[in-house]
Amino acid sequence: MRTLFFLLQKEFRQILRDRIILAMILIMPTMQLILLPLAANYEVRHIGVSIVDHDRSAASQQLVRKITSTDYFNLVRYTSSYPEAFALIESNQTDVILEIPVGFERGLVRENEQSLFISTNAINGVKANIGAAYLNRIVMDFNADLRTELLSDAKGRVQPLIDVRTIDRFNPHLLYHVFMVPGILALLLTMISVYLSALNIVKEKELGTIEQINVTPITRLQFISGKLIPFWLLGFVTLTIGLLVARFVYGIVPEGNIALIYLFSGVYLTAVLGLGLLISTVAETQQQAMFVAFFFMMIFIMMGGLFTSIESMPQWAQWLTYLNPVRYIIEVMRLVILKGAGFSEIRFHFLVIAGMAILLNSWAVLKYRKMA
Amino acid sequence: MTTKPIISVHGLTKTFGSFTAVDAISFDVAPGEIFGFLGANGAGKTTAMKMLCGLLSPTSGQARVAGFDLSTQTEDVKRRIGYMSQKFSLYEDLTVAENIQFYGGIYGLTLAEIKHKSIALATELGLTLEMNKLVRSLPLGWKQKIAFSVALLHDPAIVFLDEPTGGVDPVTRRQFWDLIYAAAHRGVTLFVTTHYMDEAEYCHRVSIMVDGAIKALDTPHALRKQFGVASMDEVFTLLARGAQRSAD
Amino acid sequence: MKQLYTFVRKEFLHVLRDKKTLLILFGLPVVQILIFGFALTNEVKHATVFVRDDAHDDASRALIERIDASQVFDVVFNGPANLDLIIPSGFANDLSHNGHASVQIITDASDPNRATTLSTYLTAIIADHQLDLSEMQGIPYLIRTTTRFTYNPQLKGAPNFVPGVMALVLMLVCVMMTSISIVREKELGTMEILLVSPFKPMMVIVAKVIPYLLLSIVNIISILLLSVFVLGLPINGSIPLLFSMSILFIITSLALGVLVSTIAATQQVAMLVSMMGMLLPTLLFSGFMFPIENMPLPLQLISNAIPAKWYYNIVKAVMIKGLGMDAIMKEAAILLGMSVLLTAISVRRFKVRLA
Repeated sequence: MRTLFFLLQKEFRQILRDRIILAMILIMPTMQLILLPLAANYEVRHIGVSIVDHDRSAASQQLVRKITSTDYFNLVRYTSSYPEAFALIESNQTDVILEIPVGFERGLVRENEQSLFISTNAINGVKANIGAAYLNRIVMDFNADLRTELLSDAKGRVQPLIDVRTIDRFNPHLLYHVFMVPGILALLLTMISVYLSALNIVKEKELGTIEQINVTPITRLQFISGKLIPFWLLGFVTLTIGLLVARFVYGIVPEGNIALIYLFSGVYLTAVLGLGLLISTVAETQQQAMFVAFFFMMIFIMMGGLFTSIESMPQWAQWLTYLNPVRYIIEVMRLVILKGAGFSEIRFHFLVIAGMAILLNSWAVLKYRKMA
Repeated sequence: MTTKPIISVHGLTKTFGSFTAVDAISFDVAPGEIFGFLGANGAGKTTAMKMLCGLLSPTSGQARVAGFDLSTQTEDVKRRIGYMSQKFSLYEDLTVAENIQFYGGIYGLTLAEIKHKSIALATELGLTLEMNKLVRSLPLGWKQKIAFSVALLHDPAIVFLDEPTGGVDPVTRRQFWDLIYAAAHRGVTLFVTTHYMDEAEYCHRVSIMVDGAIKALDTPHALRKQFGVASMDEVFTLLARGAQRSAD
Repeated sequence: MKQLYTFVRKEFLHVLRDKKTLLILFGLPVVQILIFGFALTNEVKHATVFVRDDAHDDASRALIERIDASQVFDVVFNGPANLDLIIPSGFANDLSHNGHASVQIITDASDPNRATTLSTYLTAIIADHQLDLSEMQGIPYLIRTTTRFTYNPQLKGAPNFVPGVMALVLMLVCVMMTSISIVREKELGTMEILLVSPFKPMMVIVAKVIPYLLLSIVNIISILLLSVFVLGLPINGSIPLLFSMSILFIITSLALGVLVSTIAATQQVAMLVSMMGMLLPTLLFSGFMFPIENMPLPLQLISNAIPAKWYYNIVKAVMIKGLGMDAIMKEAAILLGMSVLLTAISVRRFKVRLA
């Protein structure tokens, strides 16, 4: 215990002395947490629409007005040349083209049916699909209005209407930051922990101070604990700052018990720090440690389920995400903060992460060799 | 040598793949002795020393250090030895006092002992004013003296010094050797590697390694006589000339 | 020139000697492109819809069949699902006699992005169904729409994500390797030796960067080959154009790495800046995850400073849309401008160090 105390004292002194690093690990995540959630927004608004109107009739004008009066769409160009509109898709200035054929109004009355043509830039398939769906909905509304106008005789057959009401549970106003803030906080927490711990031991190797440690009677467990605990506490500082930002900048009040978040985070930090320390004991140079840490971090972040849904992934990739600690913390954050889950609902996550923590740290202790 | 040797080495060997860095060396060191461990770069002295400190495991052979078996009681050995490495071993981003506190602490000294030792050390080295300065800010010679004192902090029976005076000016080197003598006088055994032949003359006994093996071992006086030359420098040159391995 | 050659040769030896690091530098982008290329997608396929059919009539059954027949949704009648659909009793009656029936969708909006996507998709299917009903009943004045999904008719994730991941991975790897390897020399003290040599600071930088430039070119070749032959992406435009733009982007990223190295004193700082500081902003501001036009204006402005954003646009234009140089003039000019600016600042900062 005494040895551990001195190890901890030394680590803390070193961490607190390096003001640049300290500022970076406190300020950088806070800044990112304040700014980035606003950027992670899938809400589709202000879709750039260009309308190719070959008809130029009262009906087509009415449709154009209907489209531009919503805030889903911004009219980029109103033209009668399709190639001109398509050039706007090519140059990214417009997302979707609505083409109204010649004789649209006349045809509608005479033939009872007309077709409109929608063309959308579908490189981002989801965005395209949502945009097209919105446009379709407006066209349908327009169609209903038009029909009422044309059929002054109210006895005409009514169109069967299916009214869809959507209830968005857990987040009724579809606030993106409510989902993104805890998620991004989890990512930042993971990055700080893995990066700092991955560099720490290997830095002592490069500087040569590790040899001096290795000739002392210190045990491997003491050494790894001495490295783990300071970063563990630092992680809690980051988490607390993050939760304060969430509360006071974004007004997010956890539905569930905040103690549960701390409890889970404690185990989670042990696990990711264990990974960092394992990287650090295996790497020969800081450079190697950094690249390896970066490799894992990228995969963890991209496959953590925050930016793209895990359910959209192919089956093998979904299985892979069970090895990804970030997946668990993002789910737990979502469960506790948004859904108000209790311990029983996160028990599985808790057990998996606890298992990872034990495995990774034991591995790090075993890999750390005092004697070559 | 009538007393029981404090370091006793028999056929100690270290191979890396097909390369034999240390080839079955055997020697004894008496308590309180200043033992010079010489050899050209790449002769295997650092490897041998690292084995004796428990930093490298021997491929074969036995060694007893401070009364313990090196391969089975490594941690007991470590409690009784001090080590000062070629690479600078203090934390540059800690102050002198903090370094002393740290190393004292992990060797199990009490806070009172650490305090006592710090004051004694500061007075001995004339560093009272520098105790709270970052090690980074001190000149190399001072750092080396502090590193040596830190290696002595827990009153080890043996201190291993790996080229302790590399890059240090002659005056500081002389002062450094005064510290070594003072330690030896207190009964500490000193195991020193060096490239400076004038320093070899200061040792009680000197061994010279060539190509992983010990080619000569005796007092500097006896070695000069044996090879019929006037200085250790010439002894070394004669032996090292036959080396097969190039430096490093 | 001969001096430069000697210098570059030394840098190459450094890079090539450390086999482990070299393996990571070549392996990392390849593995990441492969994993992300397959796994990262926001395609919706076989999402589950739990249907509570209180109506149990012909109309509700027809609607359920319609939903189940779609590629997007699988209907389930028990267990947790991605979406719930509730069809109230009397659905058929309401529809045929009142001409007005309602259904309810319940989403799990704790992931609002996915909730919106799924409910929009489901609403669109219901709307299609409604239109078919109208047609069957001979409702007059019917407007139908046909939608063409340009560039990506099957609405795959890859055409969007692969260019984005290329930009992200290339930029981060380039910034990281240059900044860290230069700062490493600073820490080891060998940089001072280079700086006291009669070499111009500019030359020192160039010599340091050339090996990484070549390494990155090898990386971009392997990434492009993987994209085409493994991930099945087309190269609709000119390959030389795509290639030369990639090199321009690499140069911009390397220049950014050099700038980071002039600011950072230790490898640790360089790492925190290039990984902690840049990973998420690059990911979000390049625009492949979330459309930039949805962001608040200040963030849209910030996004312009991210080289990856411009490269992502270039790759989309050349690879997917098959456009030529004239379509990407702006992006190319911005990347070129960034490279010049970043290099100029770096050289200046190197000189300051010398003085």
